[in-house]
Amino acid sequence: MKSLGSIRKSFAPWSDPDAKPYIVFRNVTKRFGDFTAVDDLSLTIFEREFFALLGASGCGKSTLLRMLAGFEEPTAGEILLDGQDLRGVPPYRRPVNMMFQSYALFPHMTVEKNIAFGLRQDGMPKPQIAERVAEMLKLVKLEKFARRKPHQLSGGQRQRVALARSVAKRPKVLLLDEPLGALDKKLREETQFELMDLQQDLGLTFVVVTHDQEEAMTMADRIAVMDHGKIKQVATPPEVYEAPSSRFVADFIGNVNLFEGPVSEVDPSGATIRGADGFAIHAANAGTARKDETAWFAIRPEKIRITSQQPEGAGPNSIDGEVWDIAYLGDMTIIHVRLDSGKVIRASMINSARGSDNPLTWGDRAWISFAPDAGVVLTN
Amino acid sequence: MNTTWSRFNIASVVLGFAFLYLPIVLLVIYSFNESRLVTVWAGFSTKWYGEMLRNEGLMNAAWVTARVGVLSASIATVLGTLAALALDRYTRFRGRLLFSGMVYAPLVMPEVITGLSLLLLFVAVGMDRGFLTVTLAHVTFSMCFVAVVVQSRLVSFDRSLEEAAMDLGATPVTTFFEVTLPNILPAVVSGWMLAFTLSLDDLVIASFTSGPGATTLPMKIYSQVRLGVTPEINAVCTVLIGLVSTGVIAASIVGKRKEVQRRREEQAAFAEGV
Repeated sequence: MKSLGSIRKSFAPWSDPDAKPYIVFRNVTKRFGDFTAVDDLSLTIFEREFFALLGASGCGKSTLLRMLAGFEEPTAGEILLDGQDLRGVPPYRRPVNMMFQSYALFPHMTVEKNIAFGLRQDGMPKPQIAERVAEMLKLVKLEKFARRKPHQLSGGQRQRVALARSVAKRPKVLLLDEPLGALDKKLREETQFELMDLQQDLGLTFVVVTHDQEEAMTMADRIAVMDHGKIKQVATPPEVYEAPSSRFVADFIGNVNLFEGPVSEVDPSGATIRGADGFAIHAANAGTARKDETAWFAIRPEKIRITSQQPEGAGPNSIDGEVWDIAYLGDMTIIHVRLDSGKVIRASMINSARGSDNPLTWGDRAWISFAPDAGVVLTN
Repeated sequence: MNTTWSRFNIASVVLGFAFLYLPIVLLVIYSFNESRLVTVWAGFSTKWYGEMLRNEGLMNAAWVTARVGVLSASIATVLGTLAALALDRYTRFRGRLLFSGMVYAPLVMPEVITGLSLLLLFVAVGMDRGFLTVTLAHVTFSMCFVAVVVQSRLVSFDRSLEEAAMDLGATPVTTFFEVTLPNILPAVVSGWMLAFTLSLDDLVIASFTSGPGATTLPMKIYSQVRLGVTPEINAVCTVLIGLVSTGVIAASIVGKRKEVQRRREEQAAFAEGV
């Protein structure tokens, strides 16, 4: 097999202005009675992209997927797939297939018949159907289970039947609604990588809906973070994590410490925030901060250093507090430091050495510090 | 669960079953009576079964009943299933409450009223009373029972199965016949059986809507009983009881077996893991 890593690395059509978008949502709104599920949303997805819609339940991500599948029609706006306007096209005429959260396997049909169902609807000749079904069974490693019915399978097997059934027709786009939601943690992690390989092998466009940020970060080329029917940010996983565009995104993806304060200075070397928590923060990248306006400095726990002594040459970006809580997780330790202002800061340390005895313990005074480029300045 | 039986429990069970089944047991026993007198036992005999088979009036009535039952149950099943689907699918159309009320009203409507109003209708439109009118009348009142049975099954039916079928390219019609119907089939079948049974034992509505040449078995039995009960009637009733209880017992055994097998297979799949 060719190295998929290199393909993945060079795959970035969204940064190419000439790239033709494959799926386009243009000012799409969907209302159910008084409730607005999707609010004037625009989004483009490219061919062969693994795209994740991430958000809490009720943020409209599933509605977006269902509109693409054809189960819901937008109240306003348009959806294009490969240049074709999808308005009024019923689900059974759309070149997309969906893998359902509940799997929706037909309980009265065997695994084989489930996979063949879509092919039969297309009027494919029988020998070809048998061939394709065999190929699909091999792909998901369920050859031995062809004649079983869904209730005779375990959860993981059912998930794979659902996957095989939804890719059997070679759709232009595969929609996955919380594809791994019903699996246990270990199986979920394995399956994430299987899905990524499958997507590369088949060269399909995947749109996955999930509420699990780790799942989205692992699998997706790009992530759209959604809230209340709107998209908060669309970016690659590293961008979403390291350069969130808003406090909502910073808080939604992973853990974050936010320091709020007025901006006292903006110059080429960055911005200075006079922190409300008793110390000044100098950030290397000013972002959209403007002088005398309130801004937030967002920093991830793992980018904060904790020392028992005041760091040398300490100017801005350091303050002391009391060790409030210590949680040992094996691979890392999470330490909560309570500043004198009452704010609790979360910092994490990788336990790279075995049995390293942490000099810090509950109630100790400790210093937190960070580099000017360790966090981002947010204004909304 | 408490497995010991107190005397009180035993007594109440015996009393309850006696109350329910004593009359039927008596009827069955007396159908094998030698004597012409129903209440005097004069030794065992099966002669009344022979008599029954030779009684042309009774046999005709049984044949009419069977045909009315099968036909009306079939029509009622189609209409009732459609009504249940409409009620389940379109939860917010105008007049839904009225529609569902109208579908279910015959459940509580006194039979006399249903029968009388149907009679008036048939007279008004100038339909000759006979086989057709009884059948239509039976469809009318048994349809709502089918709708109730099917709708209760639809409540637990996973709609995403239909969406999956359409997503895979099946038109709504194909989806109904290949996915929806096979999954609600047990309810549709029991709806049919219920409708058939209702038609089989209906006397009141049939009396209103039937005409010459279309006498159903309950009507025939009732009219004969007015001239005095004969052991022949007991024999007919015993056969009916036999047929119905065989059907019910067979259906429940098959259902139970399937359930047990399904559970065993599910456990096996779970134990096997991935």
